[in-house]
Amino acid sequence: MISVQQLLLRQGDFELSQISFEIPLNSYAILMGATGSGKTTLLESICGLRAISGGKIWIGGDEITRTPPAQRQIGYVPQDSSLFPTMKVHRQIAFGMEVRGFSQAERNQRVEELASSLDITEILDRYPRGLSGGEKQRVALARALSFRPRLLCLDEPLSALDDDTRSNLTRLLKKIQQSESVTVLHITHNVEEGIELGTVHFRLDKGQVRSVGCEDFGDKNTA
Amino acid sequence: MSKNKPKSIRQARTQWDGLFWTTMSVFGVFYLALIIAMLVADFQFANWSDMSSLLSDERVRFSIWLSLISCTIAAILSLWVAIPTGFLLARLGSESMTQRLGQRSSGCRRLFNWARYFIDTLLDIPIVLPPLVVGISLLVLFQTPAGRWLDQWTGELFASLGYTGIRGITYEIPAVILAQFTVAAAFAVRTMRNTFEQIDDRPERVALTLGASHYQAFSMVALPQAWRGIVAAFTLAWARSLGEFGPILIFAGTARMKTEVLSTTVYLNFQFGNLRGAVSASLILVTLAIVVLILTRLLTLGGSSKKGVIV
Repeated sequence: MISVQQLLLRQGDFELSQISFEIPLNSYAILMGATGSGKTTLLESICGLRAISGGKIWIGGDEITRTPPAQRQIGYVPQDSSLFPTMKVHRQIAFGMEVRGFSQAERNQRVEELASSLDITEILDRYPRGLSGGEKQRVALARALSFRPRLLCLDEPLSALDDDTRSNLTRLLKKIQQSESVTVLHITHNVEEGIELGTVHFRLDKGQVRSVGCEDFGDKNTA
Repeated sequence: MSKNKPKSIRQARTQWDGLFWTTMSVFGVFYLALIIAMLVADFQFANWSDMSSLLSDERVRFSIWLSLISCTIAAILSLWVAIPTGFLLARLGSESMTQRLGQRSSGCRRLFNWARYFIDTLLDIPIVLPPLVVGISLLVLFQTPAGRWLDQWTGELFASLGYTGIRGITYEIPAVILAQFTVAAAFAVRTMRNTFEQIDDRPERVALTLGASHYQAFSMVALPQAWRGIVAAFTLAWARSLGEFGPILIFAGTARMKTEVLSTTVYLNFQFGNLRGAVSASLILVTLAIVVLILTRLLTLGGSSKKGVIV
């Protein structure tokens, strides 16, 4: 169970207070909300990239509220991929294992496994510059999955992609979540994407996160 | 009538555009012409025989070697300071740091910003101070008990290493390097700060979530992206050191075959009425500066402002 309890976040005039929600392990959680509602802020807080003013976060019974991001075991895919410009795709994917001290053989095996699942074997020897938007997102996804995180946080990973790429990647996300048995928290603006992928659905509205049923997910008034 | 009006506006706009570009070009060309005219005048004034007689002088050859070596050491030391300082200044002012401080009280945030601006201003002091003042300040610093102790300790260190020629810092070769470093490092810090500010810090933050320490995120993600800025900072520090004169004159003196560098060779020749010798030494400086600038341009070719190329 991923559990966020009474989370309090302050950033200047912006505030998220009393944020509480729970995500069952191995489920695919979708979080929707209006632009500027604080979805990315919330996601970055869970990843440990923003300090919180109050509340607690647990992953599988371990409290990680004050744990540094490096030790949270959370894979993070930002909206713009944020690939490392000077690293080839292969090393980029292996980065999380490299800094954790895995052997070269283990890294190579895992990179090949992920590259095959995400269909990026052809681009392993390339630099991020020149990759398409879909390829960049798949590399970012492989990089976040490489060290087998307990939670995968995706910040609108499909928002900047064309319809075909989005549709392919949606199928791929579903497949990879099941094959990797990872719990996912996915932010999206797209209702169809949320309904297709999500097993649990949340809406962030007026500083509150509320669980909504799949059938009510597209309806803003539900919140 | 209704058709003519837009056409006349278009014509007027085209004329104004032409005038705008011409005016801008005139100012640019004026400055360019001044630089070229100075160089041409220098080359016309000095002839090859002046240059060869200058280069045959052992003392001048010593000053060239000392210039090359001291500038390189000063530039390396400048980078050694500039990379961490520039990174700190850039990241402490970044959005992510503001986000972290956003959780703190406004008093804490204000104090942090004041400290940052204060440090930033202090680091600019060597850039704005008159060079002679830098030299005098260094000289006074080494008259304090701590300075005297360091002076003596350095002399003993060199003696223990077998270099009896260097008896301390003041008026010795280390003074040349320290004088060059004091000013050059400020320029290098500014360059590295601008470089790191132009590098997006999000990949570094992602690296943290992947398990990297702050050092790993810096060395594996940020630093490789800054290589063009590092080359630029090194070049700027090197070129700045080559042209340094005031602080060296005060702090290291102009002892021939001891602390004389190319800039002081120009000065000494000029002082003794040897204008041709001064111009010839200047031409060596000009040639070295041009070579370094061309090398930097070639090394950083293809870079954009986003990659942190400052020169």
